[in-house]
Amino acid sequence: MKRVARDNEASARRVTRRALLLSGGMAAMFVALGARMRYLGIEQADQFRLLAEENRISIRLLPPIRGVIHDRHGKVLAENEQNYRVVMTREDAGDVEAVLNRLSHVIPLTRSDLDDALEALKKNSSFVPITVKDRLNWEEFSRVALNAPALPGVTPETGMSRVYPRDADFAHVLGYVGPVSEKVLEGVENPDPVLQIPKFQIGKVGVERWLEDTLRGTAGTKRIEVNHIGRVMRELDRIEGQAGSDVHLTIDAGVQNFIQARLGEESASCIVMDVTNGDIIAAVSSPSFDPNLFVRGISNTDFRYLMDHDHRPLANKAVQGAYPPGSTFKMVTALAALEEGVITPETTVRCPGHFESGGRRFHCWRRGGHGAVDLERSLSESCDVYYYEVALKVGIDKIAEMGRRLGLGIRHDLPMSAITEGNMPDKGWKMERHQAEWRIGDTINASIGQGYVLSSPLQLAVMTARLASGRAVKPRLVRAIDGREIPVEPAEPLGLSTSNLTAVLHGMDAVMNEAGGTARSSRIVADGLRMAGKSGTSQVRNISAAERASGVMSNDQLPWNRRDHALFVGYAPYDNPRYAVSVVVEHGGGGSTAAAPIARDALLRALYGAVPPLDAYPADQRGRMDSLLSSLLLRDDDGRYPGPSET
Amino acid sequence: MSFLEYRVKTAPTGFSKVFALNWALLLVVTAVAAIGWLMLYSISGGRLEVWAEPQMKRYVLGLVVMFIVAFTPIWFWRSMSGFAYGVSMLLLLAVEFFGSVGMGAQRWIDLGFMRLQPSELMKVTLVMALASYYDMLDDKKISRPLWVLIPVALIVAPTILVLMQPNLGTSIMLLVVGAAVMFAAGVSLWYFGAVLAMVIAAVAAVFLTRGTPWQLLHNYQYTRIDTFLNPSADPLGAGYNIIQAKIALGSGGWAGKGFMQGTQSRLNFLPEKHTDFIFTTLAEEFGFVGAFSLLVLYALILIFLIVAVIQNRDRFSQLLIIGVAVNFFLYLVINLAMVMGMAPVVGVPLPLLSYGGSATLVIMLAFGLVQSAIVHRLR
Repeated sequence: MKRVARDNEASARRVTRRALLLSGGMAAMFVALGARMRYLGIEQADQFRLLAEENRISIRLLPPIRGVIHDRHGKVLAENEQNYRVVMTREDAGDVEAVLNRLSHVIPLTRSDLDDALEALKKNSSFVPITVKDRLNWEEFSRVALNAPALPGVTPETGMSRVYPRDADFAHVLGYVGPVSEKVLEGVENPDPVLQIPKFQIGKVGVERWLEDTLRGTAGTKRIEVNHIGRVMRELDRIEGQAGSDVHLTIDAGVQNFIQARLGEESASCIVMDVTNGDIIAAVSSPSFDPNLFVRGISNTDFRYLMDHDHRPLANKAVQGAYPPGSTFKMVTALAALEEGVITPETTVRCPGHFESGGRRFHCWRRGGHGAVDLERSLSESCDVYYYEVALKVGIDKIAEMGRRLGLGIRHDLPMSAITEGNMPDKGWKMERHQAEWRIGDTINASIGQGYVLSSPLQLAVMTARLASGRAVKPRLVRAIDGREIPVEPAEPLGLSTSNLTAVLHGMDAVMNEAGGTARSSRIVADGLRMAGKSGTSQVRNISAAERASGVMSNDQLPWNRRDHALFVGYAPYDNPRYAVSVVVEHGGGGSTAAAPIARDALLRALYGAVPPLDAYPADQRGRMDSLLSSLLLRDDDGRYPGPSET
Repeated sequence: MSFLEYRVKTAPTGFSKVFALNWALLLVVTAVAAIGWLMLYSISGGRLEVWAEPQMKRYVLGLVVMFIVAFTPIWFWRSMSGFAYGVSMLLLLAVEFFGSVGMGAQRWIDLGFMRLQPSELMKVTLVMALASYYDMLDDKKISRPLWVLIPVALIVAPTILVLMQPNLGTSIMLLVVGAAVMFAAGVSLWYFGAVLAMVIAAVAAVFLTRGTPWQLLHNYQYTRIDTFLNPSADPLGAGYNIIQAKIALGSGGWAGKGFMQGTQSRLNFLPEKHTDFIFTTLAEEFGFVGAFSLLVLYALILIFLIVAVIQNRDRFSQLLIIGVAVNFFLYLVINLAMVMGMAPVVGVPLPLLSYGGSATLVIMLAFGLVQSAIVHRLR
């Protein structure tokens, strides 16, 4: 096909001219594009490079291994165990329901396990691993691993979780760990980044909480590369964290276990303390609970049971409980009076069974009275009237001062939760607290540890240790951190006159070892282990005049929660004090009958380092003690209960 | 005029056409396409079969189409212009009423081996139609209102259909390409001045009345315009793509992170990384050097086209090449301005690089027409 060109030079030139105009415009745009490239790629490159790295790199924390808690002999009280679990990812599983169904034939899965897993799998992105079942045993774990080919997307994994091998024995001392709550994070100024790890567990109460910083350690980090939806592509590098420090407590797990068993189902508490250095050998509160329940996530029914129980298993009564110390307080009143010089050990007071003051009648526990009473008898027979009179002579402020000197009414700092300050009242306190004058009756009540006086078993143990040693012994719970012993400074002398102190201790000896002593039946007869002590019975109700007239109701006749608290403090050996003990049995009745035997057993257990031999007990009690001691269910050295362990 | 002075100009015929082809242009075009394959290979994480291989096959197909079109005489194509335009319009209408909707708004016709978007085809056939219109038109009539209205109608009709799809990017391209051909044909500058003034006035009216009781649009429409013009105001929505694209571009720096080392694309932070945003991966992995080199190659292609316009004396051929050049230019300018955050996000692929059948094939078809104009130039 031939064609003659329409050779119109003029029009072609015009088209060319306009085409060049257009290309001028294009060139201008090209310059703009080039300039923009330069701006982004060269001038702003550093900033964008940083942004790209921020996009790409995500830092994950590696939770540190929590420090192990040991008793004073190195027995493990809290450790971390391998936790076997099964996780599942949706994208690898394919048919999620079928795989879950197959899995339920390999390991036991409840309906709710399956439903929860299914829901979580659907809710999360397909690559997010979901924990289907936690805390498998080794056998189940290996079964899952063995059946891996039939279970696509299912991976057996291991993690660390806290475990308390001596469960209930140390529930109150150690407390337990639990996941970080929002509240905790809010309260902290500059929270440790490790707290942001999902399900990271921190100490909630007890030693676990108060030594949290020591036990936690520092988190490691790993830098990982993630894509736009956060899926991990690879690990870039990792910096290992530092495990938490191991802690050795002053507690002796054997003594602790013995006392826990000895307290049985009573609502009671007991502290055993080393008089020489303040080491807490045992701090027991009964009934107890299994802290492992809390770590694993306690069920509602279990929690309700613990909350509703009238013996309050969750309370650490040994340090939280504030009780009227009753007659165990009498040493304080006596020492105050002796130190003030208003009495001597030989001063006698006549006890007719009651005491009149300001038109009110105050009774002695023995209605018939004690007759003429000196210091030793006032303690050994626990005459109340003696103290009424002596207290009025010395005055409440001096008594309170002595109380505080001996460790009452002040908070002893131990890494435990809710340690009570108790109450050591004086005139100023009453004015401040109740806007009322201190009355004579208040002094009379306080003189025998009733009324406003409140103290915890810990404080009573400290008081006893201070009396026994004559020094301001301070309690301590931590013996070593990471194997390094924490040095104990020798306690300051209390600055009491030796003769006064000896007189009071002599009275405490008489309580247990003289005829007529209230706690004579709980004496120790072993050579060189002679025990001294003081019983106390504190009222939790007012006895009306009418009731007194018709005969005070005995504890057996009263409902449990209105019975008297039974208290006992003591130490042994008398000549060379080693251990002090305090026992409070809530609503247990008389101190000498309910609390003193426990105190003796606790002391003997600590002194012998084993279940006490029967010859430490008076001959007539040996048969009864044999059956009592052999009935106690005790752990062996490894913390396990003897016998076929099928649990 | 003497016999000796009389010079018959002829176009090459037969095998000599092969030598008349602008091989340099073809080489540069192939080089750009090869960069595209490289990037597609990198983006898919080193797998050929995902994007690179299909794209290569399409290019080969496009090459065949190009050669066939190039060796067919240009006057045949001129005579086919009206028909081609008509077919394109019919296809546009067909997808408007029967077409499938996918990827938001793009409408296509499934040809079995590929999906054809009539709007892409229209970009070329519109140029053909306008070029042949002005080829026929007497010089004196070019700026007469009636004779201006006809090409305006030819431009506006497909533009409206594409806008209804809705495909803003292609609509704009059709309008601008059409206007460029009219401009090149010699339509009086007064028309362009008047239209420009009217557009400016309209835009000004829309924005100046904003917030007054006489505002022309609803508030939500203004908000839409805002996010459209300034996507970074909405960093998780419309702005996300642009922010991530700028990060990829910028983090490449001078020489880039290296082939297949682009974290933004490999880790999927980049959206549409194999289609509209492919340039960002290039800039991330090869840096400013790579990105600027591509710009140079594009400029080279356009220079070849402009030179071809200057050399040619046939009005249809001239206008056709201008139309193709402007079309090609618009593709890359809109795309690059978009990914570099200079222009709002409208779905326009990067010519020869972006993964996709229609655009590649239509571009190769357009280059075939250009080559035909070059081959059949009277010399």
